[in-house]
Amino acid sequence: MGIQQTFYEAMREHGITRRSFLKFCSLTAAGLGMGPEFAGKIAHALETKPRTPVIWLHGLECTCCTESFIRSAHPLAADVILSMISLDYDDTIMAAAGYQAEEILDQTIAKYDGNFILACEGNPPLNEDGMYCIQAGKPYVEKLRRMADHCKAIIAWGSCASWGCVQAAHPNPTRATPIHKVITDKPVIKVPGCPPIAEVMTGVITYMLTFDRFPELDRQGRPKMFYSQRLHDKCYRRPHFDAGQFVERFDDEGARKGYCLYKMGCKGPTTHNACSTVEWNGGLSWPVKSGHGCLGCAEDNFWDRGSFYSSVTNLNVTGQVEATADKVGGILAGAAAIGVAAHAAASVVSHTKDSNKGGAQQ
Amino acid sequence: MTETTTPNGFKLDTSGQRVVVDPICRIEGHLRIEVNVDDNNVIRNAVSTGNMWRGLEVILKGRDPRDAWAFTERICGVCTGVHALTSVRAVEDALGIQIPANANHIRNLMMLAQHTQDHLVHFYHLHALDWVDVVSALKADPRATSELMQSITSWPKSSPGYFRDVQARLKRFVESGQLGPFSNAYWGSAAYKLPPEANLMAVSHYLEALDFQREIVKIHTIFGGRNPHPNWVVGGMPCSFSLDGTGGINMEWLNLVSSIIDRSIEFIDKVYIPDLKAIASFYKEWTYGGGLAGKNLLSYGEYPDVANDWSQENMLMPGGAIIGGDLSKVHEVDLRDPEQVQEFVAHSWYTYPDENQGLHPWDGITEPHFELGPNAKGTKTNIEQLDENAKYSFIKAPRWRGHAMEVGPLARYVVAYARGEEEIKDQVDGLLHDLGLPLPAIFSTLGRTAARGLECSWAAHKMRYVFDNMMANLKAGDTATANMDKWEPETWPKVTKGVGHVEAPRGALGHWIHIKDTKIENYQAVVPTTWNASPRDPKGNIGAYEAALLGTPMVDAEQPLEILRTIHSFDPCLACSTHVMTPDGEELTTVKVR
Repeated sequence: MGIQQTFYEAMREHGITRRSFLKFCSLTAAGLGMGPEFAGKIAHALETKPRTPVIWLHGLECTCCTESFIRSAHPLAADVILSMISLDYDDTIMAAAGYQAEEILDQTIAKYDGNFILACEGNPPLNEDGMYCIQAGKPYVEKLRRMADHCKAIIAWGSCASWGCVQAAHPNPTRATPIHKVITDKPVIKVPGCPPIAEVMTGVITYMLTFDRFPELDRQGRPKMFYSQRLHDKCYRRPHFDAGQFVERFDDEGARKGYCLYKMGCKGPTTHNACSTVEWNGGLSWPVKSGHGCLGCAEDNFWDRGSFYSSVTNLNVTGQVEATADKVGGILAGAAAIGVAAHAAASVVSHTKDSNKGGAQQ
Repeated sequence: MTETTTPNGFKLDTSGQRVVVDPICRIEGHLRIEVNVDDNNVIRNAVSTGNMWRGLEVILKGRDPRDAWAFTERICGVCTGVHALTSVRAVEDALGIQIPANANHIRNLMMLAQHTQDHLVHFYHLHALDWVDVVSALKADPRATSELMQSITSWPKSSPGYFRDVQARLKRFVESGQLGPFSNAYWGSAAYKLPPEANLMAVSHYLEALDFQREIVKIHTIFGGRNPHPNWVVGGMPCSFSLDGTGGINMEWLNLVSSIIDRSIEFIDKVYIPDLKAIASFYKEWTYGGGLAGKNLLSYGEYPDVANDWSQENMLMPGGAIIGGDLSKVHEVDLRDPEQVQEFVAHSWYTYPDENQGLHPWDGITEPHFELGPNAKGTKTNIEQLDENAKYSFIKAPRWRGHAMEVGPLARYVVAYARGEEEIKDQVDGLLHDLGLPLPAIFSTLGRTAARGLECSWAAHKMRYVFDNMMANLKAGDTATANMDKWEPETWPKVTKGVGHVEAPRGALGHWIHIKDTKIENYQAVVPTTWNASPRDPKGNIGAYEAALLGTPMVDAEQPLEILRTIHSFDPCLACSTHVMTPDGEELTTVKVR
């Protein structure tokens, strides 16, 4: 998927002469109020490897993905925007407005046809001929389709673009539709979450720029590096789940001891995301660590799976046996003595092994 | 007839050239502005259109009221958390739940942190480019920039070498020919008034603020688990204190909160406020954009000092309504009174049985109805020009006692000023004195921008006050964070209703809820941008955006910088403003909750 072609090469490919190319550079320099020597520098930059152009569109959404993106601690959002990519269109932060903003889309298609990344935040509504999301007087879905036609690949930011999210929850009055169901002829990388973790977002972009390829994706189109495990698998409260120690009410004794939030409705056992490993806001905390169960916001249709405070059922606890957590937790709590004994026995075995090993070394 | 006068006293003239700006960028969501300019490029008519609808209240019907905060939080990810807090307050009101003192402190801290971060990001990343010419910064003398900076603040990053480095980075960026988000803008326009050195200083702080804002929101991460979209709970807060244990918030995290508060105060007072004053001093003659600000202002009041006391006397930022610019009287606002807050849809893409009537949110009905007026140009899916005499926006028209109102930081400040709040008066009078401006100067675009900056500083300092109170409460032995007495639906009345309100960064926000048989029967949100971006009402009163644009001269009608300035000064949030509730004819018996 590399985007190695320089802007100059792309223009030559489209039959633009070097003379016209240099004229373009002079006009760009003049447009910035700069002298002719500046035109030479711009020409040089465009003849060498350009930063990958990114067009970031917004459909029906709440902009939490953009807000999350600018929280990235490594790399900093400013470094991504100024040094790694060329964020040529993003209506949340761009200086231009109106037709000057929309012209950038035409320019991008002309300059970088097939060579830019389309980042989609939010989704298009299809009811009312698409007019529940109007941009420049037209349905958003038209703009999305047009840019998708010319892009190299699509990143679907967040659960709106990946799954539909809150506006697609029952009864989905606007028929809000995720990107992959509207655009079917381009690769779509899903980065779900409401919002996704900042460092997951910048991690996906920098992976693509660094290795010049997509990250490995799972069957649903999510990067395996961030979405191949359930929160439950790496949850630091997991030992309390296994021991049958649960929070029964917010701020009860169990809550103050950091017990498992499963009975408070935590969706960690069925949610694929990196919260329990990467954590949020520079690795400071994540919902479970601060006392609330996981809402399951990175999963498809998480709004319509019952109350956030009712326990998940039918989860795969051990990776082998299908059972409800209630059952497993119940078994473990009910048979605490046996559990502790078994655990102790296992520890003895393990300890003995270690001792033997240690002994051998001595 | 092309010239008319609205009932709320604004002259409209549609005879001149029509200018359409769509999209308005650097906002949340999708907004369209159309204006008519006269031969001198002065705006004589303005039309504000919300371009999106998501239908969240329809989606909420039939759900568990304890889940509503999570749904409504997704109304907006920029002012994240404000809808969630409004929602839990509405449910607590409906169910008669009293929250613990610590939960109130934590909520106040989170909301103050939200104001601090949101205002900072708004000023530098959404608004500054209306005043700051990025490309001009390349011409600045780094030494002179350093002298300018050191003359107004003791912030350490102010050396000539620092500004030389920032300028070199900017130069490399511009020389790359790939201007990214700064492409195709209005650089070099005569509307920009700052000298290159002030531009370079502001560009440097654009980058510093983008870095620093990440720190402020960590207060949400600690108490709510993450940001954007931290977690909340009906009855209190989901986090627990574990001062001598390992399972909750302990001294280490409390120290981090305290440190963030100190650093926020320092950044706001040493970077944001000096920049605001410096930039304002070059635009003092740009006095446009007042609109409704000098007439009708609304604030619900925020930050209950003592938990569960909703009287304005208990609010750290007391609210009320100003009518007709009369600062000698602050009217009390009652969100339960069916005669006070009402929404109209005569010019909105919804339908009512009787569109001349307004409906109180508890009784509201809304059904989407997208249609263009007879004088619109273009087609239904390719709109060239809207017809403001017909329906023209996905935003409803809320009114307080029939008046179009402005909400937001300026409204809060004017109301608090009129109430004689000493801290607010000192801040406002101090700024006006420094700039050599009289009090009426605040009824303007610049006044709105200035009030937001002052409030950012106020909020940062108030975090210290609230934090200290919370620590005193913990020291006194109270560590409770949640009241779960009415957590189980079996404890709830069969039918009840409630209202919750918050002063969000963008202004007065209210949620109205009906609960029936433990499920949401009806839900309605009236949000700040609904007030400010409101279309006309059946009587023809125009809303705050439309009013504020009138009379503004544009340097070049093709370059909408002046429109952006004034619209951005309100900090629009369109995902917030465009919502509906379910058509609901059923009349519930009135249940007084408090």
